[in-house]
Amino acid sequence: MSIEACNISKTFGSFRALRGVNLKVNDGQLVALLGPSGSGKTTLLRIIAGLEETDPDTSGAILFHGENVTGSRAGQRRVGFVFQHYALFRNMTVFDNIAFGLRVRPRRLRPKESEIRTKVEELLHLIHLRELAPRFPSQLSGGQRQRVALARALAIEPRVLLLDEPFGALDAKVRHGLRRWLRRLHDEIHITSLLVTHDQEEALEVADRVVVMRDGRIEQEGTPEEVYHHPNSEFVMDFMGNVNLFHGRIESGKAVFGSLVLDHAEAGVPDGHGARLFVRPFELDISRQPNGLPSIKARVTRVQSAGAQVRIELSSESGQTMHVEMPHSRFRERTVAPQEDVYVTLLDSRIFLENQG
Amino acid sequence: MKANALGRSDPRWLRALLISVTVLFLGVFLFLPLLTVFLEALRKGVAAYFASFTDPDARSAVLLTLLTAGIAVPCNLVFGLLASWAIAKFEFKGKSLLITLIDLPFAVSPVIAGLVYVLMFGAQGWFGPWLEGHRIHIIFAVPGIVLATMFVTFPFVARELIPLMQEQDTDEEYAAISLGASGWQTFRRVTLPNVKWALLYGVVLCNARAMGEFGAVSVVSGHIRGLTNTMPLHVEILYNEYNFAAAFAVASLLALLALATLIAKTVLESRLQTGLRAAEDVAQEAVHEY
Repeated sequence: MSIEACNISKTFGSFRALRGVNLKVNDGQLVALLGPSGSGKTTLLRIIAGLEETDPDTSGAILFHGENVTGSRAGQRRVGFVFQHYALFRNMTVFDNIAFGLRVRPRRLRPKESEIRTKVEELLHLIHLRELAPRFPSQLSGGQRQRVALARALAIEPRVLLLDEPFGALDAKVRHGLRRWLRRLHDEIHITSLLVTHDQEEALEVADRVVVMRDGRIEQEGTPEEVYHHPNSEFVMDFMGNVNLFHGRIESGKAVFGSLVLDHAEAGVPDGHGARLFVRPFELDISRQPNGLPSIKARVTRVQSAGAQVRIELSSESGQTMHVEMPHSRFRERTVAPQEDVYVTLLDSRIFLENQG
Repeated sequence: MKANALGRSDPRWLRALLISVTVLFLGVFLFLPLLTVFLEALRKGVAAYFASFTDPDARSAVLLTLLTAGIAVPCNLVFGLLASWAIAKFEFKGKSLLITLIDLPFAVSPVIAGLVYVLMFGAQGWFGPWLEGHRIHIIFAVPGIVLATMFVTFPFVARELIPLMQEQDTDEEYAAISLGASGWQTFRRVTLPNVKWALLYGVVLCNARAMGEFGAVSVVSGHIRGLTNTMPLHVEILYNEYNFAAAFAVASLLALLALATLIAKTVLESRLQTGLRAAEDVAQEAVHEY
């Protein structure tokens, strides 16, 4: 069951939350809508769910598997919606929460109580919370609540699953576990899913495709690899994780950043045009002696080796702070200490011209 | 916790003084009068006490009070639910003004409330001639008493519900709707159970005030014995006629109502506290974990 959002605009008062967004989620995919708060991702999700309406004077449409559902109410769209703060019914047990969607059906469509019981048992099994069926939401941990919320959404056999920052309210450890669990679950049941998050790590880890949003528009979409390794704008580059940013300019076909002179392929850029260099911390290396590669002279200010990677903070001659990350194995070959002068070399980088996205 | 620590550091005599002053004050101003009501009511014996209620005027006053509360309380229950739903779940212009207006009956003297109705529906009032022409009697009749009572008691339910409903955001309702529940199903299965203790609490307070209201009702009633006298008005009439035993007998019923209200209030308050705490826990936890 594919989801298509065509030309969706939404204005709250004078705030334009969405500006003509087009989005397609293919059948069985798990797509992450990624963006900072205020980028319109949650609004888009709520519009797809039918909990929010598009601006009345626009031609926006929502299609499920090609069928236009723009005019139908949330309850008729058969979407499973998972809320950031769980939104479990506090006056009902876990069992009754999950059974809710089946019990509120009109009598002729409502399964028999015994069938409902079987279905709920199945879902409890799926979320590994069988023994918690008689508990109330207030007696569960955050992670358990969100799993119940997911089971409740799945009970109505939704055509699509929509998750609004589902792990946003959980602590880091639970979040990581639940993320992986969600991905495995998706691989099992293959339900078309759209997940909203502001956490780029989460989006990259669980999603088949990532859609980066900014100011009510889609900035870039692609596989996690594409978005991470080939960001098409500074915004995406910056949003995808820590970066080192250098300001410079174009001079006779080369990009010049202080002592760094790099080839710049784009032709026809006038001299003096501003350029920015983006380098991820792990795309930098450190050497004690100049090794012929373009490099920046810098002084080590801090070395932090507790963690999966060694993180080194440096200060260049012009006073700019740089961050370098490398595996412990490489660090052992290059052991540097604070206050040492070193050369920072580029392993990889991206140059963006100013005023370009 | 803090209060305990403070209490322990204070000298023993101060604690004893504060407690005995409080007890003495409550005894003189609350307990003694209440006791007097029952003692006076029973002064001429149990037989005379019950005889007071067989008086047709007394009986009619009790019935009128029950009727008034029977109409005013359900009306205010519905109104309170609607108002708090509107205020807690929607954003609209003039919302804060509406919240202020709901408190109006608490702010104005009940006598004014009564007078307003006289000015509107009385013989010389705005709608007076029209009502007269259609032979509809509001002032000095039962409808006026019900209206005045409703006016005075309408904040009770709404004021209990608004903070609770604001605390519990709209996500649960949205969840119910996305699961296919109709508006009515959502209200009955999700919204109402979440506020039921606050609602009952509001109803209990509303009922106590509806039955005990004197000022507003006094203005619009006309004090017609056997017709437009509620219990509080009847007590006053009997008292003014030096019929103390009967006056206190009827008063004792109101006092019993007060006691029952207090008990119900205490029970509901504890239920409500648990409910509110649960709501806060969820909210706080969400914030912390975030």
